[in-house]
Amino acid sequence: MTLRDDQIERYSRQIMLPHVGGKGQAKLLDGKVLIIGAGGLGSPISLYLAAAGVGKIGIVDSDKVELNNLQRQIVHSTANVGKAKVESAKERLTGLNTDIEVVSYNTRVSSGNILDIIKEYDIVVDGSDNFPTRYLMNDACVLSKKPLSHGGIFRFDGQAMTILPGESACYRCLFPEPPPPGLVPSCQEGGILGAVAGVIGVIQANEVLKYILGIGDLLAGRLLVFNALESSFRTVKVRKNPKCPVCGENPTVTKLIDYQEFCSLRKKKG
Amino acid sequence: MAIKVRIPAPLQKLTQEKAEVEVRGKSVKELIEDLEKNFPGIKDRICDDTGKIRKFINIYVNEEDIRFLQQEATALKDGDEVSIIPAIAGGVK
Ligand SMILES: [Zn+2]
Repeated sequence: MTLRDDQIERYSRQIMLPHVGGKGQAKLLDGKVLIIGAGGLGSPISLYLAAAGVGKIGIVDSDKVELNNLQRQIVHSTANVGKAKVESAKERLTGLNTDIEVVSYNTRVSSGNILDIIKEYDIVVDGSDNFPTRYLMNDACVLSKKPLSHGGIFRFDGQAMTILPGESACYRCLFPEPPPPGLVPSCQEGGILGAVAGVIGVIQANEVLKYILGIGDLLAGRLLVFNALESSFRTVKVRKNPKCPVCGENPTVTKLIDYQEFCSLRKKKG
Repeated sequence: MAIKVRIPAPLQKLTQEKAEVEVRGKSVKELIEDLEKNFPGIKDRICDDTGKIRKFINIYVNEEDIRFLQQEATALKDGDEVSIIPAIAGGVK
């Protein structure tokens, strides 16, 4: 791939990095990334990937933009309240970078559609806000050997990990099963500062860029734990668990599971 | 001996919103008992009815997951740092 003059100009500040160069930029333009969720995490993830020139970005979300989203979901704008999140995101991302293709999926991922959707992408990014989607995504990525960047936030805590199926631990190696309803804090107890979502989302975007470029050390086999009140980052080791229900020696999860929604408030409010 | 324990956001209600507390114990099991003594109700959140650590919560001694050490019997020494890390759901609707 030969870069056009406007591409060389647009991406000059990353092309000048010895880790990127023209070759790296070509890899990014060739890259195909699927982001599940166009919310607090999906916003910074998609903005940075689009700006960096990731050639094809898929975004999955079934919600509409609400006024109370805008405090953290920075890909959307006030004018787009009421509009489908994926359409709103597509508008902003293609406005930011005319050089890329944005594919919108105005749907909720399920056991029925997820394998089909992730098939044509190089890496999947978890920007979801609930356990059923998170476990579904993990299992689908492990079963189809797709790398997955995981991110989660709760109040002032954040977590991120990169999963390379077959090579590094998956989300179920870390937490074998989702918590049963009632044992996790309800949505009302949540609350989040937009910048906290930003920190984790940007770490995920950085992981994706490194993965495509083939540089640095990914958060594979390591869980990054962020505390926003202390501005502290810690990492803990995450080993591949031989007893993992999906990637272990005797897997019990061999097909996809649609877990029930945990938070009734979410269903109602969407 | 004093062990620093990192408390995750979902459990901080029980620790007066503190993200780090100091407790005593020569093993993870003793540490959980001491946590419960200081912050009643916390054990129930960490362990199930049979006393086993719940499947969506991990405990790390320094950087290591106790599931790959001696589980609840994992020994602790002065200066160890213990982290309780639960699965967190993600964004906020
Ligand atoms: Zn696994």
